[in-house]
Amino acid sequence: MTTRQSRLASGWAAAALAFLLIIITFSTIYIFVKRIWWFPESITALGADVDAQFVRTLVITGIVFFLAQLGLGFAIVRYRDRGRRAVYSHGNNKLEILWTTATAIMFLGLGIAAERGWARFHFQGASPGALQIEVVGQQFQWNFRYPGPDGVFGRTDPSLINDAAGNFVGLDSTDPAAQDDLVLPIIAIPVNREVELILRAKDVTHSFFVRELRFKQDTVPGLTIRVHFTANKVGKYEIACAELCGLGHHRMRSDLFVLPPDEYQNWLRQQAETE
Amino acid sequence: MAAHAHPVVHEAPKGFIRKYIFSTDHKIIGIQYYLLALFSVFIGIILSLLMRLHLIAPNVELPFFGQMTPEQYLALMTMHGTIMVFFVLTTAPQSGFGNYFLPIQIGAPDMAFPRLNMLSFWVTFAALIVMLAAFFVAGGPGGVAGGAPISGWTAYTPLSAIGPIAGPGLGMGQTLWILSLALFAGASLMGALNFITTTLDLRTKGMSLMRMPLTVWAWFVTAILALLGFAVLLGAGILLLLDRTAGTSFFVPAGLVVSDTQIPHKGGSPLLWQHLFWFFGHPEVYIAILPGMGVTSHVLSTFARKPIFGYRAMVYAIFAIALLGLSVWGHHMFVSGMSPYSALAFSLLTMSIGVPSAIKTFNWIGTLWGGQIRLTTAMLFAIGFVSLFVTGGLSGLFLAQPAVDLPLHDTYFVVGHFHMIMGVAAIFGIFAATYFWFPKMFGRFLNERIGKIHFWITFIGVYAIFMPMHFIGLSGHPRRYADTTAVQFLAQLDPVHTFMTVAAVITGAAQLLFLFNFFWGLWKGEKAPDINPWKATSLEWTVPSPPPHDNFQGRFPTVYRGPYEYSVPGAAEDYTPQNAPDTGQTASRQ
Repeated sequence: MTTRQSRLASGWAAAALAFLLIIITFSTIYIFVKRIWWFPESITALGADVDAQFVRTLVITGIVFFLAQLGLGFAIVRYRDRGRRAVYSHGNNKLEILWTTATAIMFLGLGIAAERGWARFHFQGASPGALQIEVVGQQFQWNFRYPGPDGVFGRTDPSLINDAAGNFVGLDSTDPAAQDDLVLPIIAIPVNREVELILRAKDVTHSFFVRELRFKQDTVPGLTIRVHFTANKVGKYEIACAELCGLGHHRMRSDLFVLPPDEYQNWLRQQAETE
Repeated sequence: MAAHAHPVVHEAPKGFIRKYIFSTDHKIIGIQYYLLALFSVFIGIILSLLMRLHLIAPNVELPFFGQMTPEQYLALMTMHGTIMVFFVLTTAPQSGFGNYFLPIQIGAPDMAFPRLNMLSFWVTFAALIVMLAAFFVAGGPGGVAGGAPISGWTAYTPLSAIGPIAGPGLGMGQTLWILSLALFAGASLMGALNFITTTLDLRTKGMSLMRMPLTVWAWFVTAILALLGFAVLLGAGILLLLDRTAGTSFFVPAGLVVSDTQIPHKGGSPLLWQHLFWFFGHPEVYIAILPGMGVTSHVLSTFARKPIFGYRAMVYAIFAIALLGLSVWGHHMFVSGMSPYSALAFSLLTMSIGVPSAIKTFNWIGTLWGGQIRLTTAMLFAIGFVSLFVTGGLSGLFLAQPAVDLPLHDTYFVVGHFHMIMGVAAIFGIFAATYFWFPKMFGRFLNERIGKIHFWITFIGVYAIFMPMHFIGLSGHPRRYADTTAVQFLAQLDPVHTFMTVAAVITGAAQLLFLFNFFWGLWKGEKAPDINPWKATSLEWTVPSPPPHDNFQGRFPTVYRGPYEYSVPGAAEDYTPQNAPDTGQTASRQ
C-alpha cells in the first residue's frame, strides 16, 4: 500500500471508530434517559433520597461521558495522519488547572450531596414506637421473628437451634417471653408505620435486599445490625439475598407484604393461630 | 540521583535450560510471565463462557459437562475471578511487560536482582499449579468444577473459614486456593522489590526520574502498591489458613450453627477478613490498571507523533491514584455492617480518585489533539483503552456514594463496572502493549490486518457484553446468582442475559484470532529488520530486536531528553530519541 492509500484506509478507520463512539454514547444515554431498565418504584423516604442522588450522579457522569467519548472521537478524525508535523506541545497548565478544578468541584460536590440520604438512614436510630421485627438469615432461607402480643423478644440460644424440628432461631421454650414469639418464612408490615429490622445471621453472611425499599443490609454472624424505614405503599415485594452464602444463594428469597393496618393485624392473628 | 555505574553483568547463558527455562534474563522472564498469563486468560474465558451458557439455559446438558448444578456454577465463578485477577491482570501488564521493558527503558542491563526475579516467576508458576489443582481434588461440586471453592474470589468469611459444612469445595479446594494465593503474594513481593530497586538504582546516565517513560513510572508505582497490598493479603491468607486448620478464630464468631451443626469457633470477626482483604483488594485493582495507563500514554504519544500532554501532571496523577487507592478499601463495605460514619470518609476519598483519573483522561485526549494520528492496531487498542476507562470509571462514581450504593451493591451494576475497567480496559492495555512491542521482543510483526479485525470485534463485543450489566443491575439483579429461576423479578431480565451471552460467545471466539496471530507471528510473522519500526523515542527502540542478553551490548546509553520528543520543530525527523545527543538545534524542555 502506498502512504496515501494507507492514509485513506486510516481515514476510514478513524471515521468508523468515531462513528462507533457516537453510537455507544447516544445509545447508552438513550437507555438511561428513557429508563428502559430502571429501579422499580420506591416505597420509602430513603428511596426518594437515593433516586434523587442517582439522577444527579447520572447527569454529571452523563455530561462527562458525552464530552469524553465524543471528544475522543472528534480528535481521532480531526487529527488523523495527513503527512504533516504534529503540534509540538507539552501541555497547557491553565487548561490542566481548569479541568482539574472543575472535576474536583463536580465529584466532591456530588459526594457531599450524597451524604444526607445516608445520614438520614443510618445515623439516627429508629423512633421508640417503631415496630420491631427480627430477621435471621441462614442457608438458604429467611426467618422473621415477631415478639408477639407481649412485645418482648424471647430468649434465644444457638445451642437450641434445631432446623429439623422447626426451631430455626433457637427459641428457649422455657422463657415465658418466648411463648408468643412468631417465627415465619415471610414478613408482613403495616403501611406508613416505622419498622425497625433487627438483622442477624446464623451461619454465614447473607444480605437482606428489597428493591422497592431501596436498601440492602448484610446480615453478619456475630453482629446485630438495626435498620429502620417506613413503607408508604401497600403491596407485595420480593426479598432476595444479596451476599454470596453458598450453593443456595440464588434461591434464598422471600416476600415482604406491606398491608393496611387492619389487614396487618388480621394477618398477625392468623399466623399466630396457625402456629 | 541515579547510580549509573553499571552492575557486573554475567555472560550470556548457554544451553537450552539456562537460556529459556531457568533463566535470570529479565526478557525471558517477562515472556514466561506473559505466556503464563496467556494460558490463564484462555482458561478464564472458557470458565466465563460456561457460566454465561448456564445462565441462559440452566437445565440444559452442556457438552462435556452435563447439567451444571448451582454449586458448580459458583465454583467456576470463583475460579474465573481468581484466575483472571491474579494470573492474568496482575501478571501480564506488570510482571510480563514490566519485567521485559523496565530495565531497557531506563538503560539498565537487567533487573537489580536477576536470580530473585527467576524465583518470582517459578513461585508464580507453582501458585498457578496449586490453584488449578483445586479443580481436581475431591470434596467439591464435582464435574469440571471438581473440588474448586464456591466462595468467590473474595472468599468472605465465615463461608470460606468453616470448611465443607458450609458448602462444596470449601474443604481442600479452599485450602489450595489460599495456599496458591500465599505463594502468589510471596512472588509478587519479590517482584516488587526488584522493580523498585531497579527503578531507583539502575537508571543510566541522564535518565533522571522526570525523563522516564510513563510506562516506567506506572510499573514503579504499581510495584509500591504491590509491596504494601500483597503483604496484607499474605497475612490475611495465613490467618484464614490458621482458622481452617489450627483451631484459631480470627474471622469466625461464636454461636454459628450450620445445617444444625454447632461450629466450635469463637471470638472472631467476619468483618476483619473484609478489611484485610479489601485493604489489599482495592490497591490490587490499581495494580491491574496502572501499567495499562502507562502503556496507553506511551502508545498514544508515539502514534500521535506528539509529546504526552502534561507529563508532570501524569506522573502526579499516577501517585495520587496510588495513594488514594490505598485509602478507599471501605467502599466495598458500605453495607457490610461497618460503621456508617466511616462510610463518609471512604466515600469522599473514593470520589477524589475521580480527579487524577480525569486528569489522565483529559491529558490522553490532549495528547491526540493536534497530532498526526496513525491508527496501527496498537494505537486502536490504546484509544479503546481511553474509551473503556471513561465508561468503567464513571460507573464507579455511583458506587462510591453510600446512599446510591445501597440499591446497587452486590448487583450486576458492580459486575459491569469492574469488568469494564479490569476485564476490558486493562486487557486492552495488554493488547496495545503486545501489538506495540511484539516486533521488539521477537523481531517479527503481528499481522496488522488480523489485528484490526481482532480490535473491531473485541471493542464492539465488550461494550455489548458489559454495558447491559449496568442496566440489569439497576433493575436489581443480584450478582453471583447461579440462575434466574428462583427470584421472580429476574424473569423479565432473561432476554438481556441472552444478548450478553451471544455477545460473549462471539467476542470470546474472536480472541482465537489473537491467539493465532500471536503464535503464527512468532514463527511466520513479517520480519522487522528495522530496530525502530514505529519511529519511537524510548530506549528500547535503540537496541536490536530481540535485544542481546545485556540489552545494550556493553555500550550503555546516555540520555539527553525526555521520553516523548515527537515533532520537535527544526528536527530532521518527527521523533528525537532519548539518547540522541543534543546538537543545540532542538529545544529540549526536560
